[in-house]
Amino acid sequence: MNYHVDQRGYYGNFGGAYIPEMLYPNVEELRTNYLQIMGEESFQKEFNKLLKDYVGRPTPLYFANRLSQKYQCRIYLKREDLNHTGAHKVNNTIGQILMAKRLGKNRIIAETGAGQHGVATATVCALMGIDCVVYMGEIDIARQAPNVARMKMLGAEVRPATSGSRTLKDATNEAIRDWINNPVDTHYIIGSAIGPHPYPDMVTRFQSVISEEIKTQLQEQEGREYPDHVVACIGGGSNAAGTYYHFLDNKHVNIIAVEAAGKGIESGESAATSVLGKQGIIHGCKTLLMQTADGQITEPYSISAGLDYPGVGPMHAHLYETGRGEFISVTDDDAMKAGLELSKMEGIIPAIETAHAFNVFNQRPFEKDEVVVVNLSGRGDKDLNTYIDYFKL
Amino acid sequence: MNRINKKLEESKKLLSIYFTSGYPSKDDTKPIIKSLQENGVDMIEIGLPFSDPLADGPTIQESSVKALKLGMSTKVLFEQLKDIRSEVDIPLIIMGYFNPMLQFGVEAFCLKCKEVGIDGLIIPDLPPEIYNESYREIFEKYGLVNIFLITPQTPEERIRFIDNISNAFIYMVSSASVTGAKNSFGDQQEAYFKRIAAMNLKSPCIVGFGISNAATFQAATSHAKGAIIGSAFIKHLTNKGVEGIGEFIQSIR
Ligand SMILES: Cc1ncc(COP(=O)(O)O)c(C=O)c1O
Repeated sequence: MNYHVDQRGYYGNFGGAYIPEMLYPNVEELRTNYLQIMGEESFQKEFNKLLKDYVGRPTPLYFANRLSQKYQCRIYLKREDLNHTGAHKVNNTIGQILMAKRLGKNRIIAETGAGQHGVATATVCALMGIDCVVYMGEIDIARQAPNVARMKMLGAEVRPATSGSRTLKDATNEAIRDWINNPVDTHYIIGSAIGPHPYPDMVTRFQSVISEEIKTQLQEQEGREYPDHVVACIGGGSNAAGTYYHFLDNKHVNIIAVEAAGKGIESGESAATSVLGKQGIIHGCKTLLMQTADGQITEPYSISAGLDYPGVGPMHAHLYETGRGEFISVTDDDAMKAGLELSKMEGIIPAIETAHAFNVFNQRPFEKDEVVVVNLSGRGDKDLNTYIDYFKL
Repeated sequence: MNRINKKLEESKKLLSIYFTSGYPSKDDTKPIIKSLQENGVDMIEIGLPFSDPLADGPTIQESSVKALKLGMSTKVLFEQLKDIRSEVDIPLIIMGYFNPMLQFGVEAFCLKCKEVGIDGLIIPDLPPEIYNESYREIFEKYGLVNIFLITPQTPEERIRFIDNISNAFIYMVSSASVTGAKNSFGDQQEAYFKRIAAMNLKSPCIVGFGISNAATFQAATSHAKGAIIGSAFIKHLTNKGVEGIGEFIQSIR
């Protein structure tokens, strides 16, 4: 079984580029150039140097002693929260800004939900001195004021998406419309492993530094290159794709994907796409997505703004369909509990997205000597208000 | 012969009108179609509303949201169109995004189109390559023509490819933009219209996006077979209702 993208841009039955003709020149330009550009020595050098000196990589792989004792297995945390800007998102934006420069683009657009990807994009645009417009749902702008302020300080223009449900899905629509209106000078930095081919593959490759480092770090600490389980939360699936990437073809590694169940799978307020979704097309990609019987895309819900995307990246849809990935879903309440536990037991306050992944230890047993790597995708600063409200801190 | 192809053989410049089905009122679909035919329109694009219309500007987005709220769906549209062919013979095209068709079942959708008398489809997010590979046979089995888009950025080679696989007309997007009314075209559009006309394509071109009034209709059709009005028509519908259709069409030509 092949878990990587094929020649045509598909992962099994999922992927492709279902885009209007207006986007064809841009997407085609990217498709025909991305692998070659990424393969160039000068690109790799610049990318790796920025990841090291600017982002602060490699991020530690930390053996979580107290958690390991409690859950009776060997738990390692991949500390993406220690990246500059506080999450894995910046791995991708660094890669894409370098790509945009090589494609001769001088204007960047992006979508954002909670604002993490927007901040990571605004950051690299400031770094490179490139104009940046971030689309954000009107409702999210109101909910995520600190990140809006960050983007503005970084010099980006934050444009409210006022259509539809005025959240992430609509911000993505608006970014795509902007790209249609600006077909020559603009590059669209998508924030997750979603969208038309080659985006899911390109984003995955930029994020694959996560599993590349895990391999080396496990070798040092455990004397072998791979864990028994890798765990990551899934919104669109970029941190998960990067965490799984170098283990996809290693049968010894069990892949665990954690989705947001919101208020419960059956509650009507959930974002557990693998359970609630059906094959369809969203933002140019054939994948699993939440929709009505009539094919209208529905609004997901999760307490974490970074997980409430109605679709999932095509790689993950394929991992789900083929059974290669083990998918679990975690409610708001369980995620919040897991976030508090990680804070109290390891001194790390995670992003609420990330907190979902940590509930895995309450969902399934692990063997005593099993090595479990959890990707700690982001830190909780941005979520402090939600934590305060939830726990009445 | 398909009604669209027959219409394309007429010597006159064609006026095609787009409207969102189920808007302004859910049951307006049929009255709008009848009124458009009575007022001398040449072709109609019936918009199948979608929650996330990527290629559309605010006017069509808003009309789609409203129509969906009123209960429009693929099934409802086909019910509304059930006896339409006993009342009109104008070419009818459904324009919609691919996901609702995929969920209905592409073959079931095409069968329904044939049953109610739809002549063709415009599906902006179904690229010609994917259509050719996976859906052409089904469309042809039910006598449906598929209309492809080109834009000012489409490379010449690709325009030739699209011309080759087209079996009715090419939808020529006037400028790099989503749908929405403009008041005039500039030199760039003029140059683009002329460039395409000079390519001597086998398929006639009909210009869409940004046509709003007599001036833009005139400009677009001076180098093309016809033009499509969408957002401007919907705005007029919003203000004047179905009764105002005649007034709008007369203002165009
Ligand atoms: C910390 C963190 N983790 C995870 C996600 C989910 O995105 P993805 O599934 O692309 O990793 C986000 C998105 O905002 C995030 O900020």
